[in-house]
Amino acid sequence: MQIPLDNDLTKRYREQFGAAILDAVEDRKQPYLIIAATQLEEIARYSRDVEKFDLLEDYTAVDWPRREKRFDLVAILYSFPHNLRLRLKIPLADGETPASLVEIWPTANWLEREIFDMFGISFSGHPDMKRILLPEEWQGHPLRKDYDILQQDTAWVRENLGIESGQ
Amino acid sequence: MRDDAAQKETLLGADELVLNMGPQHPSTHGVLRVKLKLDGERVRGTECVIGYLHRGVEKIAENRTYQQFAPYVDRMDYVAAVSNGLGYCEAVEKLLNVEAPPRAKVIRTIMTELQRIASHLIWLGTHALDIGALTPLFYCLREREEILKIFEKYCGARLTTHAFRIGGLQYEAYDSFEKDVERFCKDFERRIQEYVDLLTGNSIWIGRTRNVGVLSAEDCIALGASGPVLRASGVKWDLRKAQPYAAYDLYKFEIPVGTNGDTYDRYMVRMEEMRQSRLICLQAIENIPAGPILGKVGKVLKPPAGEIYHSIEAPKGILGYYIVSDGTTQPYRVRIRPPSFINLQALDKMARGHLVADVVAIIGTLDIVLGEVDR
Amino acid sequence: MNPALHDVLAFLQAWWVELVSGVVIVGVVPLVAGYLVLMERKLMADMQARLGPMRVGPHGLLQPIADAVKLLIKEDIIPDNADKMVFWMAPVVSMTAALTAMGGIAFGPSFLVARDINVGLLFVIGVSSLGLLGIVLGGWASNSHYSIMGALRSTAQLVSYETAAGLALVSGLLLAGTLRIRDIVYAQEQSGVWFVFLVPVAFFIYVVASIAETNRAPFDLPEAESELVAGYMTEYSGFRWALYFLGEYANMIVVGAVATTLFLGGWLRPFPNVHWMNWLDALPALFTAAVGAYCVFRAGKQPARVQVWFMWAVALACFVVALILAAPLYGPLSFLKLGLHGAFWFLLKISAYIYLFMWLRFTLPRYRFDQLMHLGWYILIPLAIVNVLAAGVAMILEMEYGWNRWLALVVTTLFTLGVALFLLRLNDKREAEASSAAPPSEEPSTEDSYAG
Repeated sequence: MQIPLDNDLTKRYREQFGAAILDAVEDRKQPYLIIAATQLEEIARYSRDVEKFDLLEDYTAVDWPRREKRFDLVAILYSFPHNLRLRLKIPLADGETPASLVEIWPTANWLEREIFDMFGISFSGHPDMKRILLPEEWQGHPLRKDYDILQQDTAWVRENLGIESGQ
Repeated sequence: MRDDAAQKETLLGADELVLNMGPQHPSTHGVLRVKLKLDGERVRGTECVIGYLHRGVEKIAENRTYQQFAPYVDRMDYVAAVSNGLGYCEAVEKLLNVEAPPRAKVIRTIMTELQRIASHLIWLGTHALDIGALTPLFYCLREREEILKIFEKYCGARLTTHAFRIGGLQYEAYDSFEKDVERFCKDFERRIQEYVDLLTGNSIWIGRTRNVGVLSAEDCIALGASGPVLRASGVKWDLRKAQPYAAYDLYKFEIPVGTNGDTYDRYMVRMEEMRQSRLICLQAIENIPAGPILGKVGKVLKPPAGEIYHSIEAPKGILGYYIVSDGTTQPYRVRIRPPSFINLQALDKMARGHLVADVVAIIGTLDIVLGEVDR
Repeated sequence: MNPALHDVLAFLQAWWVELVSGVVIVGVVPLVAGYLVLMERKLMADMQARLGPMRVGPHGLLQPIADAVKLLIKEDIIPDNADKMVFWMAPVVSMTAALTAMGGIAFGPSFLVARDINVGLLFVIGVSSLGLLGIVLGGWASNSHYSIMGALRSTAQLVSYETAAGLALVSGLLLAGTLRIRDIVYAQEQSGVWFVFLVPVAFFIYVVASIAETNRAPFDLPEAESELVAGYMTEYSGFRWALYFLGEYANMIVVGAVATTLFLGGWLRPFPNVHWMNWLDALPALFTAAVGAYCVFRAGKQPARVQVWFMWAVALACFVVALILAAPLYGPLSFLKLGLHGAFWFLLKISAYIYLFMWLRFTLPRYRFDQLMHLGWYILIPLAIVNVLAAGVAMILEMEYGWNRWLALVVTTLFTLGVALFLLRLNDKREAEASSAAPPSEEPSTEDSYAG
């Protein structure tokens, strides 16, 4: 389903950022660009200011534990003037801290906190990098693929209730 | 039941009070905790503590098949379950490269618009109750009862409906479906007029909602606020018109827009949206195409590896589904873009400078459902 | 006979009416207030397309008894560091003030509880204001920062609106010429119309001010549930809370009684002196008989046997009351007329007044506190002052310059209405200016503008 993409938009990005645009793909008629984490902030700023992607519709991550760069940071941008959606995928290694996009799209504040909460990806420059959905003292990052729900449940039950979990 | 633990924090020498609102509070619409930093009576900043209703829906999705996950989706925005189902089913259909047949699309549209009305009715009733008007709540619930009766006749459930299936619908529209919807819509115009009579021109209502919680259009887009919040700030944009899905491109309806971006405008926008939804329903039931209700989808769903992002205009805002498939029967990653979560971020900006009594009105006007905020 | 015993008996002989009335008030008024609560719940339900309490007793009629029992057997919780004496006393003060004020009210020319005090109306108003003390003490004794703030807010609201209410009453008193309750009603009888038709603006101001005085919606922010700052009643539970609550409803009755006495003709029927309207004297009996007939009509439609019997019992009671009310129409018994019919009309008027209170509560949203204080100080009080002046001018025009009373009053009322429109226009302009300016700034404001 993935076909390489080479439309005007991609050309403009490639012109501007060259090698930072690692790949451009179209999957089921939806375009996405795979970009390097080092240029994340510049590409984001360019997307908002020049390409007029003024809405950061969503910002999330996907965990591919067998890959060397295990996380895929996914930013879904929408442009009101052009009525166009674009996805940016940023491969990250475990421990890498990408730049925060809060300055560019203030909505990224809570979205990045949720990514940190669920995946453990810390964003540099974020004003309030702490967990948002889980309690402060929670151990582990649930949406990682190596976070075993059952193991966590049995551990909690053993610790707090003193019995073996029936799961 | 009020949690009025207050701590004095000295910040930069100024005497600031942190007032805690919730998580048990009659007006936070669920388990939401808001820490208000007060200076006398004015709010200087807010901090929302959420996650009381976090159930790990996205992690659950990775351990269920696509069809098994569909009922979980209703439980997020439980006030508007049908919309959630629509977004999910359409996202998976795009992933599979199938399309629901026209009859299914039209019935889906009717159900979703009825659900939009029902969701806005809950919003109106609870918002008015927070501001002190006791009666609109019961009138709104009375109308919502009619819609829920239609849902119950259609799919057996009132609240968490699981009305749609991947590929179309499972249940055929029951015999008097069109008649019921038509009767409800014909009645509803008069009922909306009741709410308008009670609230719209009421000077106390206007005094409590005008210029309260103002959000400019730039701030809305920057903060990601969508739905009626965005439209009340002056941005004439609706996903149903911009990128139509289901059968919305067949029907004529207006997009209500506000001017000031205050609570009163959001109220007017949602009232008008209810009227427009009613019109869509009336247009749709005139001509429901005949034909199959389920597309060509097998029993076992194994979408080819890849990903999709699909969003719909839910009653609360843009509801998006980002689904990554690895070729197996279970999705690799399901991400739900929750409109209430992102709209709630705007609370801080909207509440600054207002009085404590206005915070309740502002939370109400954002129309959040904690099930969706926390997932 | 023992001289001490003789003194006691003489005392009782002289004062037995007042003593019995006092006992009756303390015994009956809480019950009446309880049933007022039920009335309110039923009315609220009716306006909200539902039924209200239906389970306890037929149509929920025993609900207040059940509520009273529940509140009495509740655990008595006192906050840890609360001042126990004051905590105990505060609701008692509130309730006592309301009940004592009831003592000064006359339901009929001979139904006086307190001896006909020469400052009757002032007594009622003054004593009912003592309830404020109960509120402040309650907030103070709760030992919670937010309770005291809520209590002060409530007090500020009550004090402001009392000023407006008092001034509105002054306009009526100018026409009555006396503070004695009985004489106020006689004055209305002599002038041939109720004072509400002579000074309607004063009545309207009094209605609004009395809603604020009794902490009813739309002025109930200090005790609203969904607001943040806890009201003075938060720490009170069980029977103490019930005392506050009953005090509030008793206050409603007092305020209604004052309005009825001064503006609505007290125990007079409409058109009290007009002879050809004497057929109105049949209204009390007819009204009650009509209610009885309606009960008979509905009795057949009740679903359960016990409900049918209940409706018949109510109908019978209504017919008995109708007979009693019709009795004075029979010549030799006409000395009963003033008492019986007077009580009926008085109760009817108070009921209408309280119905208006309840109706407004279910319909209108709540004012925010600063809007509330603005309404009181910027609109109601100036209007009330202007109204007093206008009523005075009208009286002078009538007495010194021989104007027709009606003409003088109509002219001055129109002038007052003009001032009212002017004030409202000013208010609109002020609000428009405030809204066209930038949204509330983030600068800290050090003063709490309505801390009272």
